[in-house]
Amino acid sequence: MARSVCTKSAFELWGHGRTHSELRTSLLNFPSENMSSFMHKDSTYRINVYTFNKTLEFTERIKRIDAMEYLPFKGTVSLKSPQHVFCLLEDYGTDPNNIPEHPEYIYFGRWIADGQRELIRSYSVKNRHFIGNTSMDAGLSFIMANHAKVKENDLVFDPFVGTGSLLVACSHFGAYVCGTDIDYNTIHGRGRSSRRNHKWRGPDENIRANLRQYGTEKMYLDVMVSDASKPVWRETALFDAIITDPPYGIRESTRRTGSHKDISKPADGLYVESHVPVSQAYHLSDIFTDLLNFSAHHLVMGGRLVYWLPVYWPEYCEEMVPLHPCLRLISNCEQMLSSHTSRRLITMEKIKEPEELDTLAHLADPRFRPYQGHNAFREKYFSGLNKRGSKEDHKSAVNGE
Amino acid sequence: MKLLTHNMLTSHVKGVTKGYPLLIKATEVKVNEVEFNPQFVSRMIPKLEWSALVQAADQVGQCQDLPAELVPDYEKNEEFLKIVHRILLEVEVIEGCLQCPESGREFPISRGIPNMLLNEDEA
Repeated sequence: MARSVCTKSAFELWGHGRTHSELRTSLLNFPSENMSSFMHKDSTYRINVYTFNKTLEFTERIKRIDAMEYLPFKGTVSLKSPQHVFCLLEDYGTDPNNIPEHPEYIYFGRWIADGQRELIRSYSVKNRHFIGNTSMDAGLSFIMANHAKVKENDLVFDPFVGTGSLLVACSHFGAYVCGTDIDYNTIHGRGRSSRRNHKWRGPDENIRANLRQYGTEKMYLDVMVSDASKPVWRETALFDAIITDPPYGIRESTRRTGSHKDISKPADGLYVESHVPVSQAYHLSDIFTDLLNFSAHHLVMGGRLVYWLPVYWPEYCEEMVPLHPCLRLISNCEQMLSSHTSRRLITMEKIKEPEELDTLAHLADPRFRPYQGHNAFREKYFSGLNKRGSKEDHKSAVNGE
Repeated sequence: MKLLTHNMLTSHVKGVTKGYPLLIKATEVKVNEVEFNPQFVSRMIPKLEWSALVQAADQVGQCQDLPAELVPDYEKNEEFLKIVHRILLEVEVIEGCLQCPESGREFPISRGIPNMLLNEDEA
């Protein structure tokens, strides 16, 4: 519970039923010896009432609490700091436009712990100093950190760090974080703001400032401007986790350094200080091959790679998920993006050290072939929209006649 | 750029075989206070190339107290860990560059951030 952002709370269930009388029967059947240690005369307690999909008036809540009198509460009520909290939970269904008079189901139990859903609010991107077009929302960032089993004193790396949202979540769990990105301006926190009311980014907008905002600046290791297709790291197992959201080519372009044109150096062989290297399209298939290869070489044994894989529905099949002989696929979870695209959260774990042959594995075994999913993901993403657009044009042309 | 990061970086200029460690030419170095975490320092020590660390510390003028060889049984040696902690996490190169030891190519560091991008013809 100290980690879960998906779980709201945990209760020890004592009784349940479709009506309050069913609940009462169920509770009276619950062995009293399991109840007594939480209800003895020197203890303090309070009862909370939670209603899902309905708002109850204060007096209604009190009525329900009083109705629980048939349980052997011997302790004293303390609203401010009870030792034990009991909860009555009423489920009024899932349709907010059709709220029933009586609950569909009722539960009663002892509250054990809350999950970390509060983090979604406290780390909300809305209040973060530095954001970009593709900053990952807080909830998903924490889920990714959990998938990667990030723990205190881990070393975590994000090769497509952008504005550092994933690093922020990891730092909350005590990991030391570093990242790289090919975009000079994002890494330095310069350029146009992604916020509606701001034109340009302010001086305190960068990844380090984000960590400072949440009190985790001490977990900040470094960020660098670097091309993920040309890694700059020593050939050794460094990272406990690699967590990233590679560009899909939709809101941020996919780039790598290099040029299609014939390379010719400037006459005197010296580039100007401000020279920005020419970039070419970084094909999606290569991004994932490189990412998996990089992870196989630079993760510690048992370390995890967690990343998003964009998928075009009509063509998706499980065989499209890239594999690598040194990484074991742990999970593959889908999030819908649009009617014909989604992205899948892939989790992999390093299970063996890479040998020479592994980089050529895709030639021998079709399971390890480079991700050919869709170099044209971008085209397909927009093609669905275009089809709808042209249909409407056709309709209006007909009506116009 | 912190020296822990530097210890893990290597030159990726095409054709270079001895690109590690990168030489540090610093024009501005800062020492900040970072909360001491002995467990993290102990975990990082096995990943380090010790001689490269000593050389780097020397290049930024911060090698006081840092022993030339890794001390055995360092996990319980808090004084030693504190010295290593300072070198790894508290010393930062703000301005300067990293130089490939073989090709001489320089990678600039500005505002504490190294720019490792190669130009089109070097990639």
